[in-house]
Amino acid sequence: METLQLALVHALPEVILAVGVIAMVLVGAFRGKSDDGPMSEIAVVLLGAALVAIVLKTPGVSGVVFDNAFVDDRFGDFMKALALIGSIVTLLMAGDFFRGEGINKFEFPILVVLATLGMLMLISANGLISLYLGLELMSLALYVTAALARDDARASEAGLKYFVLGALSSGMLLYGASLLYGFSGTVSFTGIAAAIGDHPNVGVIFGLVFLFTGLAFKMSVVPFHMWTPDVYEGAPTPVTAFFASAPKMAAVAIATRVIYTAFPGATHQWQQIVIFMSIASMALGAFAAIKQDNIKRLMAYSSIGHMGFALVGLAAGTEEGVKGVLFYMAIYLVMTLGAFAAILSMRVNGRPVEKIADLSGLDNTNRPMALFIALLMVSLSGVPPLAGFFAKWYVFLAAVQANLFALAVIGVLCSAVAAFYYWRIIKVMYFDDAAPAFDKPSLTLRAVLAVSAVSMLLYWVYPAPLVQAAESAAKSLF
Amino acid sequence: MFGFGILSGLTFLPLVGAGLIALVKEDNDGGKNTIRWIALWTTLVTLALSFYAWSQFVPGVADFQFVEEKSWFGSGLSYKMGVDGISFPFVVLTAFLMPFCIAASWQSIDVRVKQYFIAFLVLETLMIGVFCALDLVLFYLFFEGGLIPMFIIIGVWGGKRRIYASFKFFLYTLAGSLLMLVAIMAMYAQTHSTDIVGLLTTKFDPDLQKWLWLAFFASFAVKMPMWPVHTWLPDAHVEAPTAGSVILAGILLKMGGYGFIRFSLPMFPDASHYFAPLVFALSVIAIVYTSLVALVQEDIKKLIAYSSVAHMGFVTMGLFAMNQQAVEGAVFQMVSHGIVSGALFLCVGVVYDRMHTREIAAYGGIVAKMPVYAAIFMVFTMANVGLPGTSGFVGEFLTLIGAFKANTWVALFATTGVILSAAYALYLYWRVVFGKLEKPSLQGLADLSAREFAILAPLVLLTIWYGVQPNQILHACSGAVAQLIKNYNAALAVTRTAALSLY
Repeated sequence: METLQLALVHALPEVILAVGVIAMVLVGAFRGKSDDGPMSEIAVVLLGAALVAIVLKTPGVSGVVFDNAFVDDRFGDFMKALALIGSIVTLLMAGDFFRGEGINKFEFPILVVLATLGMLMLISANGLISLYLGLELMSLALYVTAALARDDARASEAGLKYFVLGALSSGMLLYGASLLYGFSGTVSFTGIAAAIGDHPNVGVIFGLVFLFTGLAFKMSVVPFHMWTPDVYEGAPTPVTAFFASAPKMAAVAIATRVIYTAFPGATHQWQQIVIFMSIASMALGAFAAIKQDNIKRLMAYSSIGHMGFALVGLAAGTEEGVKGVLFYMAIYLVMTLGAFAAILSMRVNGRPVEKIADLSGLDNTNRPMALFIALLMVSLSGVPPLAGFFAKWYVFLAAVQANLFALAVIGVLCSAVAAFYYWRIIKVMYFDDAAPAFDKPSLTLRAVLAVSAVSMLLYWVYPAPLVQAAESAAKSLF
Repeated sequence: MFGFGILSGLTFLPLVGAGLIALVKEDNDGGKNTIRWIALWTTLVTLALSFYAWSQFVPGVADFQFVEEKSWFGSGLSYKMGVDGISFPFVVLTAFLMPFCIAASWQSIDVRVKQYFIAFLVLETLMIGVFCALDLVLFYLFFEGGLIPMFIIIGVWGGKRRIYASFKFFLYTLAGSLLMLVAIMAMYAQTHSTDIVGLLTTKFDPDLQKWLWLAFFASFAVKMPMWPVHTWLPDAHVEAPTAGSVILAGILLKMGGYGFIRFSLPMFPDASHYFAPLVFALSVIAIVYTSLVALVQEDIKKLIAYSSVAHMGFVTMGLFAMNQQAVEGAVFQMVSHGIVSGALFLCVGVVYDRMHTREIAAYGGIVAKMPVYAAIFMVFTMANVGLPGTSGFVGEFLTLIGAFKANTWVALFATTGVILSAAYALYLYWRVVFGKLEKPSLQGLADLSAREFAILAPLVLLTIWYGVQPNQILHACSGAVAQLIKNYNAALAVTRTAALSLY
């Protein structure tokens, strides 16, 4: 009994969400109405409670519970907090959009909470089985949200595409997991690490490759990115915002955890994979986005590129590298949420628009919004003194310290190319003639946009806390 | 104040002004004027503060002064500011040129006034920061951050091809500096420090030095700009508004030279020695080739832009000659060129505001209508040529002497540049100012207004003052330059001994 209590304490955020979401399903089912009513608010409160539970947790308390399946550490806390923030902000931004489209179903908040629960479990997974459970809980909820606007052909296509490809990748992941289990005789990460030692055999490497394929799909890194532009474009914008933020945190977290806890002996092997994926993602993100005229598609390629940059830190294979990844994801989250707040604010006469040309001359029609978007674009392009620069600094620094000079040089050159399309948006907003003015965005959207832009701009004033949090989180993994 | 020193004050004061401007409404003429006055006063106070700092500055000493340091990012990166005899003249130059830029934009900028002046003040903060930073990452932050306001300034208030020019400027500079960023990371990986003072005495492995040198070179050569990566400059100059050109020519180009003298030469002495012939070659090509290109330009600004490239060739040549005269001459040449080319662009701005064209062919004989202007323009033209008695002479002469000591052939070819510069500058002056005033469009030209005169007169005085009294700047940097050369030669000697001991 004592151990169960202990285990539940370690899994407190997950417990809160699991109990809460069951209650939400019951409320939704018995309310007898299909609109969202107070469900969004309830979901936000739940997620907020989970976030508080993480933040207030006694520092330094960590443990492995549930028969080695679940690990509770600083690394997990850091990434869980990011995932929760992503989910909360998405929910806050989503309400108006869904009401405007007439698809404000009560299922959406429930699905978001379920997906978030999956993410938290995924981040804390300490074995192949809990990894798969968390991953599927997250993914299944996400598939449904992609097709939420079920009367919209594009959204249905997005949902179906996401589901089919996602199922395929899950299959690959399972196959990899089964190989790993077969060759190491255990499902726990530490057990696998002990079993393979310093000389992984071919079977283990096969398993590693397949496992990583599945995770790469969730991170949407090249060559498993094909679904991203279509799903981002097709899904309702709040759902896209959700896809671009919270699940990415979970996917990167588990990829990091797997390779550092289960495969420290196969560093040479996974490093090649990660370096390839990183370069390919950075290059594709930089070049493919140039010709896009739809801002959601552009953000899709941008997110592929950013995952590539995050993987640069992962490729380093050092504690510095993990710190870089954590820091990068935190900054990426804030920038992405801000960017999607801006995209959600793009409405003309009550209808959402999503062409880059619709931003033309925004500086004349809505000056604060133009400024905030410009700041976010500068930050996304990694130009100092905005926070995006520091994110790139830490990942590339880790790569250089690990003597991956070629990777770092290719990376910075890709970021120079990518800067072109981010700054093109600034050009469109500031240098071009005005397009029709946008409707006044809701207070939430304005607040999210302003907070994210200003925090990126002024990050350099007081940078230490986030750096230190990332540092101590990275330390807990080693 | 709050434990921050005078350099932080200098750096962030313009930002305070920008904050004030942000609070003013610009929807009427009164508001616009308030904005202009706030901007002018901010730059004037900054200038006054820089003069105060100058009075406290001890010239001729090699050490860094006004040093302040704060922990910033936890490990490694820190907030460290300080100046020595090499960087301090640029700080003052920046603070000095800014009020002129503000004044020059007084009437010519009438749309988005608020954003314009905010952009300029932010730019001032970043430029002063570049010269004050004593931490590599902090330096990079300021260095690269300057792209943002400059991109906006060219792109919003520029000429017809402003978008092309702004992107060209941005992408060239960004690509160059990103390589420098990787080099900075490599230096951090080696030493676990980004403290410039510490890195100045760090000895990097000669092979690594070459890579680091090349990466820094990529950034500074673009910024300088050196042939063949100079092509962004004519475009940016032509399209930028007058004040933007002044800043571009006066300060931003100097960052490249400053970078060489602060980083490349002292931190990578072996590589600098190894690559010096390359730099000499590129400098000579820049001097001769761009002077020839300047001769055939149809656009006044473009001509001055190419002449800037040629003059920067003297700077790089002098820096890599690595003797006392040459390096001091290079520093002097940069300061002098900052004043002279800035003034030349202001002169172009004066006629541009009246005629709205920069075609040389659209002018001719304006001396009849604008005698005062013609006289002032002549002083700057002569300074651009390098006539003795103007500040332009001192720098060119010293760098040529230094280059002669280092490599006679380089000096020989570079000297032809002096002749060519006389050719293109006088040819320009002749076509614009002299001749018969025939064109009907020029009949109504008015001479300098009081505001324009007030802008140009101090620059005339300064040009002549530094022409006859160059010691103020030369003395200020002599200590730091002597130290630089001493360390450079010592480092080379060590490497040579090590190489000999292998045999």
